[in-house]
Amino acid sequence: MSSMPEEQSSAAFLGNVREALLETDKVQRRDMLGLFMPLLRDAAVNQFDQFNNLRKQVKDVKQHTLDNLHHYLSQFEKEALNNGNQVHFARDSSEMNSIVLGICQSHHTQRVVKGKSMVTEETRLLHHLQRADLSVVETDLGEYIIQQAKETPSHIVGPALHKSVDEIRELFLQKHDLGERELKGPPEMVAEARSVLREHFLNADVGIIGSNALIAENGYSMLVTNEGNGDLCANLPKVMIICTTLDRVVPRTSDAMAALRLLVRSATGQPISNYTSFYSGPRREGDVDGPTETHFVLLDNKRSDILASDYREMLQCIRCGACLNHCPIYIGVGGHAYGSVYMGPMGSILTPLLHSLEEAQALPDACTACGRCEEVCPSSIPLPDLLRDLRHEKSREKLTPRRWRLGIKTHAWLLARPRLYHKLSGLGIPVLAWLGRKKGSFKSLMLANGWTDQRDFPAPQGKTFMQQYDAQRKADDASR
Amino acid sequence: MQREADTRVNERKNTSSVPGFNVALYVTCLVDLFRPSVAFDTIALLERVGCKVSVPTQQSCCGQPSYNSGDYESTIPLAQQVIKAFESADYVVVPSGSCAGMITHHYPKLLEGAWRERALTLAAKTFELTTFLAEIAQMQEPFEDGVQLPSVTYHDSCAGLRELGIRAQPRDLLKKLRNTEVKELSQTEVCCGFGGTFCAKMPELSGKMTSDKLDAALATEAQILAGGDMGCLMNIAGRAKRLGKTIEVRHVAELLAGNLSKPAIGEGKS
Repeated sequence: MSSMPEEQSSAAFLGNVREALLETDKVQRRDMLGLFMPLLRDAAVNQFDQFNNLRKQVKDVKQHTLDNLHHYLSQFEKEALNNGNQVHFARDSSEMNSIVLGICQSHHTQRVVKGKSMVTEETRLLHHLQRADLSVVETDLGEYIIQQAKETPSHIVGPALHKSVDEIRELFLQKHDLGERELKGPPEMVAEARSVLREHFLNADVGIIGSNALIAENGYSMLVTNEGNGDLCANLPKVMIICTTLDRVVPRTSDAMAALRLLVRSATGQPISNYTSFYSGPRREGDVDGPTETHFVLLDNKRSDILASDYREMLQCIRCGACLNHCPIYIGVGGHAYGSVYMGPMGSILTPLLHSLEEAQALPDACTACGRCEEVCPSSIPLPDLLRDLRHEKSREKLTPRRWRLGIKTHAWLLARPRLYHKLSGLGIPVLAWLGRKKGSFKSLMLANGWTDQRDFPAPQGKTFMQQYDAQRKADDASR
Repeated sequence: MQREADTRVNERKNTSSVPGFNVALYVTCLVDLFRPSVAFDTIALLERVGCKVSVPTQQSCCGQPSYNSGDYESTIPLAQQVIKAFESADYVVVPSGSCAGMITHHYPKLLEGAWRERALTLAAKTFELTTFLAEIAQMQEPFEDGVQLPSVTYHDSCAGLRELGIRAQPRDLLKKLRNTEVKELSQTEVCCGFGGTFCAKMPELSGKMTSDKLDAALATEAQILAGGDMGCLMNIAGRAKRLGKTIEVRHVAELLAGNLSKPAIGEGKS
């Protein structure tokens, strides 16, 4: 998987998992990520005594907003229009891409700069614009790196976290005209990217950014970045386009601020992002800078369906990435294995909902129900429950292999008949115990080859407890 | 819903702690089939604190395999079976965090109406073994049977740790009853890779996770890895066997009862 295919698919998950585990250097880097990101997050959360109260407040606000989404979206639209913005609604990816391309073409634009936005990754906006011969440059450092490498994000917050410093240096040496310069360490590499990007910012006609919150009461959009590239995309080109989804809307500025305090701590362990910006609309008379034309493109792309489904809590997600950093599956196999824009626990739920459960059917199984994601989720989304509900849907729709379904059903049928179950286990278990008595475990075992693929199967001690207890009880009764 | 169950549990904790309770033992399927000695050790511990222990015969498995596989329909009769067999006891004690979590946290999600009410009532009196011993029975007195434990590290099973808040209880009991300090595992909050059917569906990844857990355990140089869930313990012991690594894997009930006479999990009678 050294170079990712352009079109990804979650259908290849199981094969990708196997491959991902063979890349030992990447496995080691991911293990470090899994060690350090939780430490950073915990340190930040532990220093902030309001975290849990705020978490409850943010969840309540999110649920209230989702219950009244139409109201708050209308309010947002009205306020945003009042501020001089244009507001567009897009039903699906291709509508969003066409709207954005239409805006660019109406300005006869050749050069576009882009901030980091998972929504535009979801719609593959970059490819759409490039196909129409526009030059589009990703300006978030991580996104810039993977654009140069022709890869996809491996993490929703740190898109290039899968790349080593050496790989990035090699990439820059290849792609940039460096002359004799060597790019010794990360600071020199960052400086190099900054100087290249600066030219793009100055020459672009259109800037595209995402949004962390749409504020209904005043029609503003909040954006957090650590590099300030979002502000340069928003303020230097004459046209600014904000691409986001319907579920980003919150009622008040204070709600956006509350979410911000959870978001940044959960994402990177910082108390606050380096840049937190609020965009109101086009340049007004007397303003020294800012775009002259601003657009909001608000994407649905199945959010309305999710809202009406049993998975609506997923729309509380604020895209902090904490569930990825705390997930043993994500840390084990990395983001690319998921074959989707969204990965880790949130991705294993969103991908089947945004595409199809049939295509993404392996993803709901990518969970040991360890519950660590739910424990750290700032929006209190019951991620393991939602994953299990997807498995329920799989089982009902018979997407789970017949062999599994029947096995589970037969086992449950027997378990619901304790007398028969005890009889049968009382016959089988002592035999198994006798067979395994010397070594204490089995290298392979019929019907347990999934287990014995990676581990021996411990042998039973002897008779079952129920057998022994029953015999004891009978002996006690007899001696009475 | 969870808050409702938790409130009821807390009320229960505050209102009673005298010996003489009728405790129904929920054996769990893995203990029943693979390690009956854990159930006998559990009974011995409960009797030591003055409980009258009964073992309802209408029990098999709590239904986690079907529930976690998404077959809710097959799980409902199993949940109802447990409720019927155990709801008359004063307390239900379970030598497994994940089975106790299934009963206390998931039955109320799975069931509706009157069954849900009964599930909540059962949830309020169902406890994982070390929680029951430490918090309800408030076991403090050191054992004076002369059994000394070798060095111990403790694997926190995910369901116990996060659904039931089991962390201090087994460590406190080992310290108070057996004067044994736990040598802590690094990244103890990370899953061991078992995950029920997960280990068979994604074996390579599960194997990697178990190896990581095993390496962390070996790094503590403890002789025994103890835990409260047979699923995790069989997984870790089985992986250790496969890789030829040596560490004794035992259920915490064996250690607390001072019963080290049985071969460790996965070990033969040498």
